[in-house]
Amino acid sequence: MTAETNMTLIDCLNVLKEVRRDEAVISVMGTAREWSSLSSHPLDFIYVPSSMGQATSLGLGIAMAQPNRRVVVCQGDGSMLMNLGSLVTLSAHAPRNLTVLLFDNGVYEVTGIQKTLATPELRKDQQSVNYAEMAKACGFSTVFEIDELDTWKQSARECLDAEGPVFVVLKTAPMLDGGGPKSPGPAAQRIRDFAEALQSQ
Amino acid sequence: MFTGQQIVGEFRRMGITHVVFLPDSTLGLWEEAMNDADDIEVVRVCREGEAWAIAAGLYLGGKQPLVMIQCTGLFESGDALRNVVHDYKLPLFGVIGYRSYLSQASIPGDTCLTFTEPILKAWNLDYCFIDTPEKLNMMADHYQSCQQSDQPGIALIAEGKA
Repeated sequence: MTAETNMTLIDCLNVLKEVRRDEAVISVMGTAREWSSLSSHPLDFIYVPSSMGQATSLGLGIAMAQPNRRVVVCQGDGSMLMNLGSLVTLSAHAPRNLTVLLFDNGVYEVTGIQKTLATPELRKDQQSVNYAEMAKACGFSTVFEIDELDTWKQSARECLDAEGPVFVVLKTAPMLDGGGPKSPGPAAQRIRDFAEALQSQ
Repeated sequence: MFTGQQIVGEFRRMGITHVVFLPDSTLGLWEEAMNDADDIEVVRVCREGEAWAIAAGLYLGGKQPLVMIQCTGLFESGDALRNVVHDYKLPLFGVIGYRSYLSQASIPGDTCLTFTEPILKAWNLDYCFIDTPEKLNMMADHYQSCQQSDQPGIALIAEGKA
């Protein structure tokens, strides 16, 4: 995360909402908190409660089951750190219809804005971990790294249309008053509704 | 105890479309036969926690996956398992290799023997136990029973010698 970025999670998700067509959108943690107030599409899955880090894996399964449907996974850097091996799994299976949006704010936002070990302040080398380079090293060939809202506005549709797997790092400022996400309803019923939407649309 | 062809035959009887998989020294012996099966797709993972979420995604998309991992991977993947089968109540099925059950020659005192079945019970997972060759058909029978009742389930397969 670059401390200088002015881009916010909400701004970025609003852009996604504007360019979104019929993609399935999986959101988790902070992205779920905000996406649930911006969108109520049948192909939204608010992944709350989650197993932290598993949104990319869930998205991979859906993308493999439905290769003609674009699947967009929205997750934070804290979640990514919980399941870094999934980057290798994603690139190995290489679903052409999967886009991962990584919202990199450098903190565990929903638990109290604790910095992650990928931030310079908590590292002996005082260097940020570079998620875009990590994705490339794991085998992603289409990687975007964006820290300005105008650039995201110009690139968002391309990120959803490009041949996947696509990995997009969106550098955002932490939301100091964000708090935790809430499940918008009974989990088991919501996931069955989502499955029905996936299989009928 | 089983050949890859026997396992593929059982998976076909179950109607499995995807095997989300991390090999061990027993389960890995079946991979070639699974890869050769045109009607079954093998989805390798890097760590077992991924497997349950991938299987969940496949299930949501209309496929019939199962997860095949060693019991050590079951231990590792507890939260991912809990999330999909208990929070979301998805009737996912797993084939779990029971390390050292038939022989402790490689790992004397292996604590997998202590914890595997108590952990399956702690996660409220209905399991069948396959420890002799003639019990293989229990896997498909148990799978069908779990699917009919819309519940998750496990086939626990003893490992330790051929």
